[in-house]
Amino acid sequence: MPEIFASSLEEVREAVRTHPRLRPKGGGSKPALSSPQEGETLLNLSGLKGILEYAPEEFVFTAYAGTPLKEIEATLRTHGQYLPFHPPLVEQGATLGGTVAAGLSGPMRERFGGLRDFILGVRFVDGEGRVVRGGGKVVKNAAGFPFHRLMVGSLGAFGVMVELSFKVFPYPRATRTLRVGFSKPEEALAALEGLRTLPLDLLALDLVPPTTLEMRIGGFPESLGRRLKRLQDVLKREGEVLAEDEAHWERVRDLAFLQESPIWVKVPSRLDLIPTLESLPLGPRRYMAGGDLLYAGLEPHGLKALRDGGIPHLVLRGAQEVLFPSPPEAFFAPIKRALDPKGRFPLG
Amino acid sequence: MGFLEELRALFPPGRLLTKEAELAPYESDALTAYRKRPLAVVLPERKEEVVEAVRLCYRHGVPFVARGSGTSLSGGSLPVEGGLVLALNRMNRILRLDPKARIAVVEPGVVNLEVSRRAAPFGLYYAPDPSSQPISTLGGNVAFNSGGAHCLKYGMTANHVLALEVVTPKGEVVHLGGQSLEGVGPDLHGFFVGTEGLLGVALEITLRLLPKPEAYHTLLAAYESLEAAGNAVSQVIQSGLLPGAMEIMDRLSIEAAEAAVKAGYPQVEALLIVELEGPKEEVEEEAKLLARVMGESGATEVRIAQSEGERQAIWKGRKAAFSAVGRLSPDYIVQDGVVPRSRLGEALREIGRLSQAYGLRVANVFHAGDGNLHPLVLYDGKKPGELERAEALAGEILKLCVRLGGSLTGEHGIGVEKKGYMAEMFAPEDLLAMERVKEALDPKGLANRGKVLPGYGQSPHQGGLKTDLGELYA
Ligand SMILES: Cc1cc2nc3c(=O)[nH]c(=O)nc-3n(C[C@H](O)[C@H](O)[C@H](O)COP(=O)(O)OP(=O)(O)OC[C@H]3O[C@@H](n4cnc5c(N)ncnc54)[C@H](O)[C@@H]3O)c2cc1C
Ligand SMILES: Cc1cc2nc3c(=O)[nH]c(=O)nc-3n(C[C@H](O)[C@H](O)[C@H](O)COP(=O)(O)OP(=O)(O)OC[C@H]3O[C@@H](n4cnc5c(N)ncnc54)[C@H](O)[C@@H]3O)c2cc1C
Repeated sequence: MPEIFASSLEEVREAVRTHPRLRPKGGGSKPALSSPQEGETLLNLSGLKGILEYAPEEFVFTAYAGTPLKEIEATLRTHGQYLPFHPPLVEQGATLGGTVAAGLSGPMRERFGGLRDFILGVRFVDGEGRVVRGGGKVVKNAAGFPFHRLMVGSLGAFGVMVELSFKVFPYPRATRTLRVGFSKPEEALAALEGLRTLPLDLLALDLVPPTTLEMRIGGFPESLGRRLKRLQDVLKREGEVLAEDEAHWERVRDLAFLQESPIWVKVPSRLDLIPTLESLPLGPRRYMAGGDLLYAGLEPHGLKALRDGGIPHLVLRGAQEVLFPSPPEAFFAPIKRALDPKGRFPLG
Repeated sequence: MGFLEELRALFPPGRLLTKEAELAPYESDALTAYRKRPLAVVLPERKEEVVEAVRLCYRHGVPFVARGSGTSLSGGSLPVEGGLVLALNRMNRILRLDPKARIAVVEPGVVNLEVSRRAAPFGLYYAPDPSSQPISTLGGNVAFNSGGAHCLKYGMTANHVLALEVVTPKGEVVHLGGQSLEGVGPDLHGFFVGTEGLLGVALEITLRLLPKPEAYHTLLAAYESLEAAGNAVSQVIQSGLLPGAMEIMDRLSIEAAEAAVKAGYPQVEALLIVELEGPKEEVEEEAKLLARVMGESGATEVRIAQSEGERQAIWKGRKAAFSAVGRLSPDYIVQDGVVPRSRLGEALREIGRLSQAYGLRVANVFHAGDGNLHPLVLYDGKKPGELERAEALAGEILKLCVRLGGSLTGEHGIGVEKKGYMAEMFAPEDLLAMERVKEALDPKGLANRGKVLPGYGQSPHQGGLKTDLGELYA
């Protein structure tokens, strides 16, 4: 398959103008999404990297889309900051653009929100080779059409992202994790339900089926002990406390629990959907964000079950048909036509 | 059948307004300097009626404007001359409030504050809190991506909308998003939020609710200069704290607020309000750090609310500031630019200079944590030329915000008021992309025609820049 490299805005424009069909790729950590299909040229953006602006005091940075998240997080960390939506697959090479295009958030999205809550601006090359900017570089902005939010989950449909601006937050000074087991799945689910409505400011609230909850809290070292105690009181269980929990959650956000599975999917979940999901032949899995976000590892029949059940999902790895359902035609198609009239990019 | 006859068949008498006296209240929004006479106003009570009305408009080529409570400060809900106004206030039902799922499904005419009121018994609330929250509607909030004092930590309206049912300008009904916090595929509902009614009318809105913070720590600090208050904000951020809100008021707005609601504010050059919120153990620790930061910030006085009553008193003055400024001057323009937080001092100095140069007073009340300025430009509309001078001054402030790396609007929208300045912030190709999207979804240019995009329709804006995108279409 043909592959070209673009490591600057101009090279991206050139690539778009000269190739009838393109498949952008950042690091390739979501190969189901970034592998070119019949007739597509692979546009490798791994050279389009680097942080362009970062003002820790503003809580804002701007970087090229091909920048590995690992690089960005390392820079943020030197100033005690982080991406609160906790994007997955960092160790596997995920890039900023690929993460936005796939629309992925990790376990700590529970506290402050997902990717869509932190993206501030974008510069992208549309299907005509034009450079378009949406949003801005300040934490609050309501001017013009929000093209940056359109990019979230777009799978590259509207253009090749070149630059992205994000809001960041201070990293908690200290963290602790409580793991609590229940005897029945219904009990675990009921506890999850209760925790969701309490003002406990959990960084992460995960259900590890069938019967385990994992909760992470962050804040001042002086307050964590008391907060942990309260959590145990609410749950009426001691559980197991992971004091040094960093490594644990890094493995979780890199979806290490899916390692053995041929197919990886993201499923927008809900409390009331969990029993249905649990009745399907899904493999290793974890519900994050209080049950609103499921990552699961599947065999082909698991994927078929999701599809037959009409349950929306996105395949990250291991299958050709990646997005179900298709975006709503009456709204999506005109936008696609406006930005990518010649159909150079994936989707639609 | 003509357009009006068909409308009559759709809406019973009393819900179709066409007489001059009936139309008058709809001729403008809160930016009363602009007025337009619509052809008619309809008052739908169900979404099917909105859909039918939009389809009728499409068939007859009649422009339409959706309207909530008309509190837009940028002419966003100004009617189109000869067009239809869809006044959505009667669509004010909360269709579903599910505390377990942490969502509320509402009609577009529901008033913002009503959602929090209804969620309160479950310990939940709806976070975006524009100062207009007792009157503005969620449809308007969605169209403008409205904000409030808590945007740094909690984001704007877009972050709290999980799904939308929308009727496109061609009359097609689409469902965008879902009931989960997460989705797959392009974030189309996120894209709709903030497009100011140019891409369709929101018929139903699914909101995320959050657990109400357990504890608050609210503090009022007095400073001898605006700059010192601004520096204090930076010091708070640098300490690693993430307050729920940080607000600054200058002398003029303090005086106004004091005269209006007697909040008991000290009469100084600048006041800073900082509010921490979260679990009580956490807030206790954060408050200790905040006390140290305030101690080193040069504050001449620091008051800490000891009770919910004292906390409300601190907020009362701030929340009343806009309307209170009305006492100082017969008219005023509320501006709404954003600058990077570190440039606040510079921006305020320059605004002070411009105020002198134009001979008009400017009061400053702002969301300091977000860099979101609200300069209130005071003028007297009865004095010849003052409105024009005030508009020019407001325009200078907007350009200043863009020059400093910020934005034309943090929350009030572009509307008709700021569309002339869009070219200051966006390149022609950015605007063209917006125009193309608008045109693809709204080929007849009917939905809120003449707003936001400088090249679209006739500009009612008096001064300001005009861009001609014609050549780019060629
Ligand atoms: C099984 C496996 C194991 C791996 N292990 C490792 C490893 O250990 N170490 C390592 O370094 N690498 C590894 N890789 C490769 C690595 O995963 C990729 O480097 C990287 O993750 C790329 O992910 P991404 O976020 O850039 O998204 P991609 O997978 O590249 O792309 C995701 C989606 O985003 C779109 N997209 C990407 N960028 C843009 C853009 N700028 N504009 C528009 N759309 C865009 C794509 O078209 C696609 O739809 C592995 C890959 C596989 C399959
Ligand atoms: C005293 C005062 C204080 C304010 N404070 C704030 C503040 O702190 N933060 C802030 O963000 N704003 C503030 N505002 C501005 C205003 O209240 C907000 O913009 C609000 O969201 C407008 O809501 P509304 O229902 O009045 O909408 P309207 O003014 O009726 O309409 C606003 C826009 O929304 C569109 N619209 C309305 N309903 C729909 C729908 N269903 N579908 C599509 N489009 C629709 C209209 O066409 C128009 O473009 C303030 C206004 C006042 C008067």
